[in-house]
Amino acid sequence: MTYIAKPKLHHPSLQTNKIGYTRRDYEGSVSTLCAGCGHDSISAAIVQACFNLNIEPHKVAKLSGIGCSSKAPTYFLGGSHGFNTVHGRMPSVLTGAALANRDLIYLGVSGDGDSASIGIGQFAHSMRRGVNMTYIVMNNGVYGLTKGQFSATADFGSKSKKGVVNTDSPVDLVALALQLGATYVARSFSGDKAQLIPLIEGALAHQGAAFIDVISPCVTFNNHAGSTKSYDYVREHNEAVNRIDFFTPGKEITADYAPGTMQEVTQHDGSVLRLRKLHEDYDASDRVAAMNHLQKHHAMGEIVTGLLFVDPKACDLHVHMNTVDVPLNTLDERALCPGSAALETINASLR
Amino acid sequence: MIQKIQANNDFVVKFANVNGSGSASANELFARSILRMGVPVSPRNIFPSNIQGMPTWYEVRVSEDTYLGRRGGCDMMVAMNPQTWDADVKEVDPGGYLFYDSTRSIPSSKFREDLTVIGMPLTQIVNDTYSDARERQLFKNIIYVGALAALFDIDPKVIEQLFSEQYKGKEKLLASNVKALHMGRDYALANLDCANVGLKVKRADKVGNRIFIDGNQAAALGCVWGGANVCAWYPITPSSSIPEMFDKYCKKLRIDPETGKHNYAIIQAEDELASIGMVIGANWNGARAFTATSGPGISLMTEFLGLAYFAEVPATLINVQRGGPSTGMPSRTQQSDLFSCAYASNGDTKHVLLFPQDPKESFDFSAAALDLADRLQTPVFVMLDLDIGMNTRLCDPFEWDDEKRMDRGKVMNFDDLESGRDFGRYLDVDGDGIPYRTYPGTHPTKGAFFTRGTTKDRYARYSEEGPVYVDNMERLAKKFETAKELVPKPIGRLAAKPTKFGVIYFGSTSPAMHEALDELEQQGMYVDALRVRGFPFHSSVVDFIEAHDHVFVVEQNRDAQLRSMLSMECGLDPAQLIPVLHYDGTPITARFITKAIASRLALFSPLKEVAQ
Repeated sequence: MTYIAKPKLHHPSLQTNKIGYTRRDYEGSVSTLCAGCGHDSISAAIVQACFNLNIEPHKVAKLSGIGCSSKAPTYFLGGSHGFNTVHGRMPSVLTGAALANRDLIYLGVSGDGDSASIGIGQFAHSMRRGVNMTYIVMNNGVYGLTKGQFSATADFGSKSKKGVVNTDSPVDLVALALQLGATYVARSFSGDKAQLIPLIEGALAHQGAAFIDVISPCVTFNNHAGSTKSYDYVREHNEAVNRIDFFTPGKEITADYAPGTMQEVTQHDGSVLRLRKLHEDYDASDRVAAMNHLQKHHAMGEIVTGLLFVDPKACDLHVHMNTVDVPLNTLDERALCPGSAALETINASLR
Repeated sequence: MIQKIQANNDFVVKFANVNGSGSASANELFARSILRMGVPVSPRNIFPSNIQGMPTWYEVRVSEDTYLGRRGGCDMMVAMNPQTWDADVKEVDPGGYLFYDSTRSIPSSKFREDLTVIGMPLTQIVNDTYSDARERQLFKNIIYVGALAALFDIDPKVIEQLFSEQYKGKEKLLASNVKALHMGRDYALANLDCANVGLKVKRADKVGNRIFIDGNQAAALGCVWGGANVCAWYPITPSSSIPEMFDKYCKKLRIDPETGKHNYAIIQAEDELASIGMVIGANWNGARAFTATSGPGISLMTEFLGLAYFAEVPATLINVQRGGPSTGMPSRTQQSDLFSCAYASNGDTKHVLLFPQDPKESFDFSAAALDLADRLQTPVFVMLDLDIGMNTRLCDPFEWDDEKRMDRGKVMNFDDLESGRDFGRYLDVDGDGIPYRTYPGTHPTKGAFFTRGTTKDRYARYSEEGPVYVDNMERLAKKFETAKELVPKPIGRLAAKPTKFGVIYFGSTSPAMHEALDELEQQGMYVDALRVRGFPFHSSVVDFIEAHDHVFVVEQNRDAQLRSMLSMECGLDPAQLIPVLHYDGTPITARFITKAIASRLALFSPLKEVAQ
């Protein structure tokens, strides 16, 4: 019933976070995606993560490309400026926006068509540069909005709804991100909010290029037998390496862990990630091991999920470029224009 | 018997070299030395799309009358490249001069009888003096500059002064260059018949306080003074030096005095699509961003340009046009991107173009473009070309008004939103078609909206309704009308006598046009002129055309793009607009324009003599 505007009223006892917002304040418009779409679950996880982190909605800039997943930003963070760009080109627009104001949080939402086909170049280079962003790909293996063509992440041998078999090798965006230097790399599943929400929290708090590949079944075009991105298939083949507890900076950590089962990471802003290991020897601080693990388990037909790699000492693009601490968009002619005297000096040098 | 060319301070010398041999700096030294003697000079590089080993030419126009365009023709050829010998010799005007390396004997059939030939055994001289191959190559060039100084009467002290500026702090280089200079000059004075060369330089006072700079460097300076703080770019000939110069100047002039950090960000993107994407993202978020590219880059950026037009996000692009289409002639000039810029992208789009004529306007218009893009919330193109961008040109010094504030256009801030003022991102409040925008992060509960390339209503809400779409498109058209009064106005030049003939031109055609108009006037032909400086066209352009029976439109492309746009945009009969086209990749010459207009005028009045 998307023609009905969502009422702004909420129950008076609805929980508020530290800055007085309720969960409703982080929502957007009613979704026009298909009923049961994985993307809506991810949107809900984003809403919850932002609420948990006490983020002010207007301090988030949400950008997307084109596709069903790129429509999702309308359905969360209604109080944030949004930019639905062009197909495959969200990363460059996000990078430019991030350069203009380093104080906002940048959330890039894309799909597997948008980021693994037409946009694979921009995806790759944004990871290389270490843009301070949270980049979420809602990965369903198809082009939903144009009605069901294979995307580049569709597995070899998987079948389309019409029975066509894919004979191209798949792109693994997580493996690419690791190879290209992203400093927070994770994979999750839209049906597993308990794993997904803390992953998003950790990514938002991360000071560098954070990438999360979220398998998000397309109920209309890719949820059938023969698909490797259906709800059934993912549940049966999900090999999580860890589950994550996220603690905001300063929050007291009360949970207990059995010895040897937990890896702790403190990020630049003081937030703490506790990785409850499901694979005993999985070390999320070892990039090369992570890449090996992915290759090995993918060859076994498994979908590796969890926080696969994190570098808490990551530096982002602004640090690399040594830009001033104040946002560039606050500078005016006093800081930017050298004035007539300096110009006259240049004139003199050109005679 | 063909007369030997005799001219003081008014001639064309062309150097034919092999690129990558150090000739460019030596030839430039020659040009600058004449400038330092107070005589206006305009040098032009004709270089190959290559790093080392191919032919390259450097054409120096010396003109006491301050004609800075190409004249056409050549009075002396300095032939240093055996590969292009035949074509080079052929190019010299009758009665001209040929200077060459006479170390190896060349058959007499390779010369021309009407030319005065000056041979100097350069290779032998350098081989006798230097043993290192690189030294031999570099100093050969300086030695011939020394010889030319003797032939042309150029004061060697002026060249020594230039060396001392160039090699400040590098005493050994200074000494060795001065030595080579005098070696060449002394040899010429002793062995060549200097008096036989009728081309001389005489000290004058015609340069004034003008500066000598190329258009790309000027554009980069304009971006610094104009307040650009983000640049995203991709290397392409001939625009790469713009972001490189911007970087160089920012490193000196944009460092925060307290922290030493940068008040700017420059990214060399992975391609042109990413470049314009970053520019759009940065401008959407309130920074002031620009990019610089050439024709092929514009082609790649086209989709994003449509997004910027429809979503109304500022973008400043400097297009240093080169020979097209496709990869075209990467190191040749042309004015052939008018269509692809003015109408870039699918659907009904129109973009603002600025047409600078020289480095001075490149500086002014780059700064102005940044303001215009913010004011109009749309892409703005600064249309340079290779001739302006990559050749060092004499121009008026740059000026800046310290009272000037950056015009950020219509932006609602926290207080505006907090006061309860109505905000609609695509709402026309002032009747000029330009709405207000907000930057991300401005206010906790007001002012947020979705930017997208799809259709929307006045409050940025997604809509697929016909009337809503039409309303938006009509406002965009109204906004473009508003731009007419904001872009640089055309500049007219009335002929000495009333005339029914007019000529319209733009950009780098300008200096050759002035010379042609003077020459035509001397021959008793009168044409009023109008230099177009911006698109959309100001109403005075229509007035000008309507005030004349026939208007020539001179431009450097095959399809008469400006003429087509004038006819189409102003609703004028194309029969009234007569195309005069030059597009072989070389900069247009005064002789070409004079001949083209004179011969066409003769068609209207058969009794008049046709100018040669």
